[in-house]
Amino acid sequence: MRSIEVSGKQIELDEDGYMTNLGEWSKDVAEFLAKEDSLVLTEAHWEVINFLRSYYEQYQIAPMIKILVKEIKKTMGADKGNTKYLYQLFPDGPAKQACRYAGLPKPTGCV
Amino acid sequence: MADKEAQTVTAGAAATTDNDKIQAMLKYDKIDYQTVELTGEIILPTEPVDKCFAHIKPQLLTDKKLLANLGYPTDGLVDNWKEVFLRKMDEMLKKYKSVRVFMDICVKCGACADKCPYYIGTGDANNMPMARQELMRKVYRRYFTVPGQLFGNWMVKGEELSLELLNMWYTYFYQCSECRRCSVFCPYGIDTAEVTMAAREILNSVGLVQKYLHQIINNAQTMGNNLGMQKNAVINALEFVESDLQEETGIDNIRIPIDEEGAEILFVTPSADFFASPHIESLYGYAKVFHQAGISWTMSTYASEGGNFGLFIHNYEHMKKINKRIWQAAKDLKVKRVVGGECGHMWRILSSYSNTMWGPFDWLDQRYPIPEHICEFTLNLLKRGALKIDKSANDEFIVTMHDSCQIARGMEMGGTEYGQFEIPRAVIRYVCDKFQDMPEDTIRERTFCCGAGQGLLGDDMLPTRVKGAIPRMQAYTAAKQAHGVNFIALICAICKAQLSKMFPTYGYPMEEVGGIHQLVGRAIVLGAKEGV
Repeated sequence: MRSIEVSGKQIELDEDGYMTNLGEWSKDVAEFLAKEDSLVLTEAHWEVINFLRSYYEQYQIAPMIKILVKEIKKTMGADKGNTKYLYQLFPDGPAKQACRYAGLPKPTGCV
Repeated sequence: MADKEAQTVTAGAAATTDNDKIQAMLKYDKIDYQTVELTGEIILPTEPVDKCFAHIKPQLLTDKKLLANLGYPTDGLVDNWKEVFLRKMDEMLKKYKSVRVFMDICVKCGACADKCPYYIGTGDANNMPMARQELMRKVYRRYFTVPGQLFGNWMVKGEELSLELLNMWYTYFYQCSECRRCSVFCPYGIDTAEVTMAAREILNSVGLVQKYLHQIINNAQTMGNNLGMQKNAVINALEFVESDLQEETGIDNIRIPIDEEGAEILFVTPSADFFASPHIESLYGYAKVFHQAGISWTMSTYASEGGNFGLFIHNYEHMKKINKRIWQAAKDLKVKRVVGGECGHMWRILSSYSNTMWGPFDWLDQRYPIPEHICEFTLNLLKRGALKIDKSANDEFIVTMHDSCQIARGMEMGGTEYGQFEIPRAVIRYVCDKFQDMPEDTIRERTFCCGAGQGLLGDDMLPTRVKGAIPRMQAYTAAKQAHGVNFIALICAICKAQLSKMFPTYGYPMEEVGGIHQLVGRAIVLGAKEGV
């Protein structure tokens, strides 16, 4: 457990760096977490993060990677609609790293 | 000066409870993992080191609501923990006769010592199976044998309960994946897994509950699957796969049926199969097999999980509750058969435990195995010529097979001796031209764990996972060097998750890891119905 200060607000993170209170998420939090990994969030990153958040709102879980890939293909073009591209954007894995920036809980299970 | 020091110590001690002390001892630190060079050779430790891996511990579960749901203490270590510990251990020894026998019969011959993947990987003496068992055995000798009770430790080489002992238990019973490899080599058949399972449940009873594993047990009990997907998420995922399959194959009646009453078969599989990669590729394979076989089948949103982590902690209540969903769904949907997908311990529980928990299953069609493994199901179709196969679809692969421990050292498959080894390999050979086994002492009943079984798959256990995977990674490397192997086929969701993470960690592409039905799915020629 640790907390970070973003825009004057204390945000609590769990041992793995995921937010414990999802309601506290803001774009600044995402930027802050990415910066810690020396990552600059581009428009492409935001496409992924925004999609994750809207999917989560409806289903209370992150989408499976294939659904994400298909969505990215739809919005960003066929050349970007593949797992490899997502790993380029999020080197620690889109499922975990992107979820963390998007303020989603870590998926758990045999995954 | 001395007085002042003494005062400080006393004041400190008064303010510190056993719970505070154990929480400090078990505090989770994120520690970097270390790989080794892959040479293709499994090198056994020459000099075991005491406690060199003692700093690696999984995170504790602290969510009070979740702990209460599971029936465990909610505020960490309970005040009267020694009493609770011994009462629970007594219960375990009475309930599981095997555990009591295992406490009594070890002769310390050492045959198990270098058989554990975690010992080989870490070189920590406490990871030798007999040393791991000894953590419980010395408590057993002290408190549960007459000489120990009458004369104490000096007589029986026992050990008093202490916080340090709890620390050792929590550390080393979570560096065991209950893979049971050591039991194959023990002349008495002592199964360390049974000891570990009992130890974990004793730790739970005093309030030291591991996070990853128990979060999942809670998900499975409350949501019906390990991932904690609610019904609309399961439906969305399965509908997506169905439409993707139809798009990919151009066949509009290939389906992933959901909750369809009256289907012939209820199919249960790990929720990872409709969430994670490479797991999901096998789901495409299963659907193609069912489609081509022309047999009606359904998945269930109520029993949306094949796995059952209740086994990992010797807690029948949890295990039974999770397992019941499958048989309840089978009854509610009025199916005739139950088929299980690619999941290691699911198969062990379904085939070895279900019947005594919720059987007899005389209301299912007795002409078919209850339950039936998907490999068995597919192989029967292949043998009958009911599936048209184009092996060239898998020409790019030289395939090997990793025997998952819960299947390899479970009971059986297909009602034939060694079916659990032969049936999956036979399926692979039907759909791939090139198959090569890894070295003999790393497969079949002597298979090595992937390094993350039975509750060790959390990211907090990465240092242990990376070490525990070493024997498997070396064996794969040996097969690669000798035969150019470039694909490892599996039938377990945990193994798939672990190896697809370990492969890139050790410098191999993660695409070299996948399910057997991923290969089947690629090779099936849809539409043709010759020989049915």
